[in-house]
Amino acid sequence: MDHFPTNWGRPRNDTIDPYGTYPIHQRPKDAFSTGIQRTQHPIVTGTSVLAIKFKDGVMMAADNLASYGSLARFRDIQRLHPVGDNTVIGAGGDMSDFQYLQSILDELMVDEFCASDGHTLGPAEVHNYLSELMYARRSKMDPLWNSLLVGGFKDGKRFLAYVDLLGTTYASSTLATGYGAYIAQPLLRRAVEGNEDTLTKEEARKILEQSMQVLFYRDARSIDQFQIATVTAAGVHISEARKLETSWSFAEGIRGYGAQTQ
Amino acid sequence: MTSIGTGYDLSASTYSPDGRIFQVEYANKAVENSGTAIGLKVKDGIVLAVEKLVHSKLLVPGANRRIRTIDRHIGMATAGLPADARTVANRARDEAANHRDIFQSPPPLSTIADRLGQFVQVYTLYSSVRPFGISTILGAVDKNGPALYVIEPSGVFYGYHGAAVGKGRQLAKTELEKLKLSELTAREAVIEAARIIYLVHEDEKEKEFELEMSWISPETNGLHVAVPKDLFDEAESKAREALTSGLE
Repeated sequence: MDHFPTNWGRPRNDTIDPYGTYPIHQRPKDAFSTGIQRTQHPIVTGTSVLAIKFKDGVMMAADNLASYGSLARFRDIQRLHPVGDNTVIGAGGDMSDFQYLQSILDELMVDEFCASDGHTLGPAEVHNYLSELMYARRSKMDPLWNSLLVGGFKDGKRFLAYVDLLGTTYASSTLATGYGAYIAQPLLRRAVEGNEDTLTKEEARKILEQSMQVLFYRDARSIDQFQIATVTAAGVHISEARKLETSWSFAEGIRGYGAQTQ
Repeated sequence: MTSIGTGYDLSASTYSPDGRIFQVEYANKAVENSGTAIGLKVKDGIVLAVEKLVHSKLLVPGANRRIRTIDRHIGMATAGLPADARTVANRARDEAANHRDIFQSPPPLSTIADRLGQFVQVYTLYSSVRPFGISTILGAVDKNGPALYVIEPSGVFYGYHGAAVGKGRQLAKTELEKLKLSELTAREAVIEAARIIYLVHEDEKEKEFELEMSWISPETNGLHVAVPKDLFDEAESKAREALTSGLE
């Protein structure tokens, strides 16, 4: 607690203290006061996360890459994370901030578990908690540099929503973060919207796989290895890392860049 | 009580001439007035059981729990002043959370028992505070397997295979000694724990009571949770059976 009222952010009040008798406190400056830094850009980053609703729940996909700038630095990072038995979160953006979020959420889940009151946090609660947290951090001018998808299935209801470093939230039956918001979102919308209640698990996975493939062709910060999380009444299941099937034969005919001479 | 009126029992920061701290001994009396709590460390888990004396029919069944969860894998049962138990439980949760924060791993029970022991002991040092009127049974399954500790009002803590605190602890201890704890499974231990609580209650001829049981076993995935209803009911009916057959 800062006990100096003049540090509280309001100018001194002339009606109460017209002669300035209250000493104006100078905040002590030490060697570290200029050393405090806030995240101004992410360092090790993950790219898009995709998620859709389907008949029995929610499915989410993200590749396994954490980039260091344009360098494909870590190729075996899991960007999908289960929170309790009904929720999964997927993260793009700064991976260290994402790891921090994981530990915050784990602490939250332990607290809730200790209450042992028969209630557990579902996807809606986790999403709202994250939105409050992200907004509080951006209001401190020190955001957690992520865009997150929160998906889940609890009490017979599907849930899918987005929250980002500004605390912005929205919900939809298809969501994509990062580059995927431009490339994959239209594909997902065309495949899913209106079919949420009929899409089977197999069909949903196919849609996500195809979108991940398109993203891998187009997004220079992606990798051809990815995971899929499925949340249904049975709980959260996150698949093993899988390789994307890609074909580059079409590249033979491309002219205009590269080493071709004609 | 020869100590009363001598003036050496007014503060926890005063020794008697023969080296005792009466306030701590009085705290032990508070524990002895409470319903029994037991803990069993067995082959594959931990079982905690409490004889919760119900002082009013108006209380909602299940109110005022005396078994608490400290972390996913740590449980705590207390005998003594219920309000003191809250304080110690909250401290234990803080310690567990701090350990997780610092080491990014679930805390071993030995560390939590050590920290809590220090916390309780500090309340025996100052005239401005009163020692905790509770004995705490801590049970966990951690990276070293099942663990069971008891923290007394003095702040000392010991590890046990089977522990009993509260009013019926003597009888409960002799019953625990008859069991081959290291060979029991958690499921079998639940049955035994219920039987012991019913037995010591019968011995005391007290008012109404409620049985409270929790466990950590392979069936719970290493989590500290209440004993599931079917097993609880089975244990309770077997305990009643054992009582009636024992009386004949």
